Amino acid sequence: MAGRTLYDKLWDSHLVTQRDDGSALIYIDRHLLHEVTSPQAFEGLALAKRKPWRLSANLATVDHNVPTENQSAGVQAIEDSTSRLQIETLDQNCQSFNVIQFKMGDPRAGIVHVIGPEQGATLPGMTVVCGDSHTATHGAFGALAHGIGTSEVEHVLATQCLVAKKMKNMRVTVTGPLGFGVTAKDVILATIAQIGTAGGTGCAIEFAGEGIQSLSMEGRMTVCNMAIEAGARVGLVAVDEKTIDYVKGRPFAPRAEDWGRATEAWTNLVSDSGAYFDYEILVDGTLIEPQVSWGTNPEMVTGISGHVPDPQLDDDPIRRGSIERALKYMGLEPNQPIESIRLDRVFIGSCTNSRIEDLREAARVVDGKCVAESVIQAMVVPGSGLVKEQAEKEGLDIIFREAGFEWRDPGCSMCLAMNSDRLGPGEHCASTSNRNFEGRQGAGGRSHLVSPAMAAAAAIAGHFVDVREWL
Amino acid sequence: MQKFIKQTGLVAPLDRSNIDTDQIIPKQYLKSIKRTGFGVSLFDDWRYLDPGEPDMDHSVRRLNPDFVLNDKKLAGATILLARDNFGCGSSREHAPWAILEYGFKAVIAPSFADIFFNNSFKNGLLPVVLTESEVDTLFGLADAEIPIEISINLETQQVTGPNNFSASFDIDVFRKTCLLEGLDEIDLSLKDTDAINAYETRRAIEAPWLFRE
Repeated sequence: MAGRTLYDKLWDSHLVTQRDDGSALIYIDRHLLHEVTSPQAFEGLALAKRKPWRLSANLATVDHNVPTENQSAGVQAIEDSTSRLQIETLDQNCQSFNVIQFKMGDPRAGIVHVIGPEQGATLPGMTVVCGDSHTATHGAFGALAHGIGTSEVEHVLATQCLVAKKMKNMRVTVTGPLGFGVTAKDVILATIAQIGTAGGTGCAIEFAGEGIQSLSMEGRMTVCNMAIEAGARVGLVAVDEKTIDYVKGRPFAPRAEDWGRATEAWTNLVSDSGAYFDYEILVDGTLIEPQVSWGTNPEMVTGISGHVPDPQLDDDPIRRGSIERALKYMGLEPNQPIESIRLDRVFIGSCTNSRIEDLREAARVVDGKCVAESVIQAMVVPGSGLVKEQAEKEGLDIIFREAGFEWRDPGCSMCLAMNSDRLGPGEHCASTSNRNFEGRQGAGGRSHLVSPAMAAAAAIAGHFVDVREWL
Repeated sequence: MQKFIKQTGLVAPLDRSNIDTDQIIPKQYLKSIKRTGFGVSLFDDWRYLDPGEPDMDHSVRRLNPDFVLNDKKLAGATILLARDNFGCGSSREHAPWAILEYGFKAVIAPSFADIFFNNSFKNGLLPVVLTESEVDTLFGLADAEIPIEISINLETQQVTGPNNFSASFDIDVFRKTCLLEGLDEIDLSLKDTDAINAYETRRAIEAPWLFRE
């Protein structure tokens, strides 16, 4: 038998039935739910008088639309009545359907893609879905994980399965070693800049090579998280010792009697040598420098030593038009040095970069310094209540506060700006989030995607700087 | 689910690539717990000159005269034409809900983002993939002063239009059948209840840790 890729193995082990028409049913081990994409699914389930197929597969939390201040005052204190109703609706649905939920204010609550791995609810070899495109994050554990729409949320609740068609296999090999001060975020931004926002459409991307293996589990999560920004619903990293060490002892991880068998099975979660990939991409990790996005989609990215591009130099009329429109929206000039971009706000958070290592990386840069006077607001939003607790134990909150950062409660916050954390029109933001689309962080807002260290340095300097000179 | 068999209608040409779901329906409208009410906010940031919030009366907002959907000649358009990678970004199904509620029945583009593509089928919105040059031709035709009407026939998988425009498109058999017959996917999947049960039994022996309560 020909060698199989990691994705092939995960697909094969979850195939319930292959139908004659080319579609298939695949089994879902873990279903994560949040308040924004689930209410219509629960409503559909109730209307059809259906019940969740396997309750214990589901885990819910609130993240997209929660306030990041004063969560301890409870849901009743949320001023925006539409937001309050959405959060209450999830609480009610979880109660009436008996779904396990971490409510707002529970220390275990937080961004769904932070808490899944943190709780051990995401395990190697699982299929994981959630009504959120950044579900790709969980692929860092050698799990087949991807975002779904609300109809599919209802479908998974009702059947524990998804109707699926097998994706193509793509391998992105990042060579190493990565340069000093270069982070997982820089790796994935440089990769997207290379292959484009539709480069992985229809594919499951396995990230491999020294540049990936050398990353911590949290770094691998950052990489897989943004697979969707390269068009791929699925990002994957093969299981190794780091994976197993990370999972061990977490609340939902296999218990002692299962641990040996589970880890034995997990060690097989790698692509076989000679496995066939439809597409092979090589990224030279040794050349990557800290990255900054200058445009309005995540492929519009360059290194910190670079310049804003000149649309006149692009031969392709559609691309030239896109660059021109992006520069107009972003208020940037062709050939402007990246370091000359001044920031109005700084956001450190999101499912891409809000874990403890991200906060440590930012705090190290900030320690003993002050946010520039020209910066209106710099905020740190931890990914979960537990990340927040850990950071406070390490005194990171004090470092941030003393430097002039706001220290918030967990949630998605300014990554998508559903709550009141948002940019004003025309404001430039150094953001550790994942999307720089027009209006993403607030109508008219201008987002620049960067790593936590780069965001921290930009907050201090008031404009982008090469953080490597600060480390 | 709403059926889709054949659609003849006006084409609204939205000449941009990488149209993301944040543009299709901005986040502030995602606070709603309903499936309806999104059509009036479709392409909100491009369509209106003033910022939009969920509870406002959208009929009194200032329309952006430069935005193609505000061209009165295109009122009642049922087919949206766009460039590469339409629907990229978040998984929000509010995007196809908004497009459908506005009145579109189909979107034509050279490529679609995976999740949007999938979500469309679940709601009876047909995403049609044509080649770059076919899409170019349609943009050329639709550029004229007088709007054009085209037909999309799902049964024959053909798009036809003025100047003898004719193009065929691919679609999965399963998705085609679901659209033509308006089938409920959950009902269909539950017909495989025995297979799902058998899988769970087998898997619980192979990987018992996945099934502990």
